[in-house]
Amino acid sequence: MLKRTPLYNEHKKLDARLIDFGGFEMPVQYKGIKQEHTAVREHAGLFDVSHMGEFFVSGPAALDIIQKVTINDVSKLVPGKAQYTAMCYEDGGIVDDLLVYKLDENEYMLVVNASNIEKDFEWISSHNSMGATIENRSDDFALIALQGPKSVEILQKLTGVNVSEIPFYSFTTGTVAGEKEVIISATGYTGEKGFELYINTKKADAVKIWADILKAGEQFGLEPAGLGARDTLRLEMGYALYGNDINKDTNPLEARMGWLTKLEKGDFIGKEALIKQKEAGLTRKLMGFVVTEPRSVPRSGYEITDEVGKLIGFVTSGTQSITLDKGIGMGYIETERAGENEKITINIRKKRVEAIVTRPPFINK
Amino acid sequence: MKFPDDLKYTKEHEWIRDNGDGTVTVGITDFAQGELGDIVFVELEPEGSEFDQDEVFGTVEAVKTVSELFSPVTGEITEINEKLEDDPELVNSDPYGDGWMVKIKLADTSELDSLLSVDEYQNLVG
Repeated sequence: MLKRTPLYNEHKKLDARLIDFGGFEMPVQYKGIKQEHTAVREHAGLFDVSHMGEFFVSGPAALDIIQKVTINDVSKLVPGKAQYTAMCYEDGGIVDDLLVYKLDENEYMLVVNASNIEKDFEWISSHNSMGATIENRSDDFALIALQGPKSVEILQKLTGVNVSEIPFYSFTTGTVAGEKEVIISATGYTGEKGFELYINTKKADAVKIWADILKAGEQFGLEPAGLGARDTLRLEMGYALYGNDINKDTNPLEARMGWLTKLEKGDFIGKEALIKQKEAGLTRKLMGFVVTEPRSVPRSGYEITDEVGKLIGFVTSGTQSITLDKGIGMGYIETERAGENEKITINIRKKRVEAIVTRPPFINK
Repeated sequence: MKFPDDLKYTKEHEWIRDNGDGTVTVGITDFAQGELGDIVFVELEPEGSEFDQDEVFGTVEAVKTVSELFSPVTGEITEINEKLEDDPELVNSDPYGDGWMVKIKLADTSELDSLLSVDEYQNLVG
């Protein structure tokens, strides 16, 4: 039985196409991916991402357990700030990528991928010898993402919080659409200005917030947007998607997450393996590429070869970029061929098409 | 979703119109275009190509996925819909009309009997 978010009936009313995503019945599109993608880039889009998981970690050992299981340095966070990070296995493979919110001293919220909720909760709990309190409150929380250049104006109509003053990767708690204690986070997965609203459904009505935002956004060209557009938007920015671009068989260094891997922060799970990997050098790198031939769309799993047909990698994500109208993708490529502007070949079924290696984002934001 | 009752269908979600002159017109169903979502291009084998029943005669690339087109009958492509080159979204907006894909000259008209009726197809897609 698939799980449903508190906004399920709203999606039905909007005639959304629903699919199974991470065990949830989620809207993949309403009117069409292209239209929704363009709305987010030019105006704004509203996403239900309530399938994401929320864990609350608290108590005197909260910092210690999060430092132990994540690769970024949580000690640098102050209340009101969020951090992008990842969890690794001992061998450096990635358990999940996640956001850590510092709610207060000794109180954190971890936001994880829907398909990894149980795995992550067990993983963190199994390393909690220091005795922090860890609660999986995923079912209590709805998560609505308002993304796009008009998102500030739209959200401002519904709250007394001055949302234009929330810095990127910061958050505050306030009333939205008359509903209290909403976490207003200036984060997102689209490359646009925007907000993610964490709604405790035991205290606030997510349906009211969703409906009021849609109404407030009408005059600004806001559209409900599904997971299909979320995927094309994140791919244009080169953001990794767990299960596609990163998984247990890839590590953060080769996945271009070195900037958030703080090897000097003290002990954490995977540190030794990552230090060894760094010393030995990377054999492959997750890079972006743009297909030069028209009418050629790379897809996950396609082979990447060199000019004589030797296998040098594989595609992990690909699509027709709606902004660029070109085939774009990401994939792991042997390091010596992964430099920017290298020419590579993508095997698209029977066709061999040329592509140029690039460092994402694919669009200027 | 629309399923015209004067057409034949396949389990691969194609529709077939018998033109009555030994040729059929082939496209994909309303259900198929909806499942694929926004179509970005349609690649078809050229006129004159010959196919066995169930052989691949083209591909449809949508934003989120790609799908192959399987020839519903044995025969030769006599015409392809050249409008799809510039306007592939016609398949989304008018799957049974301007979004048609190919015309095929039948090698064996009896193959038409092996195709699904509208009722059989509707049962298939629920």
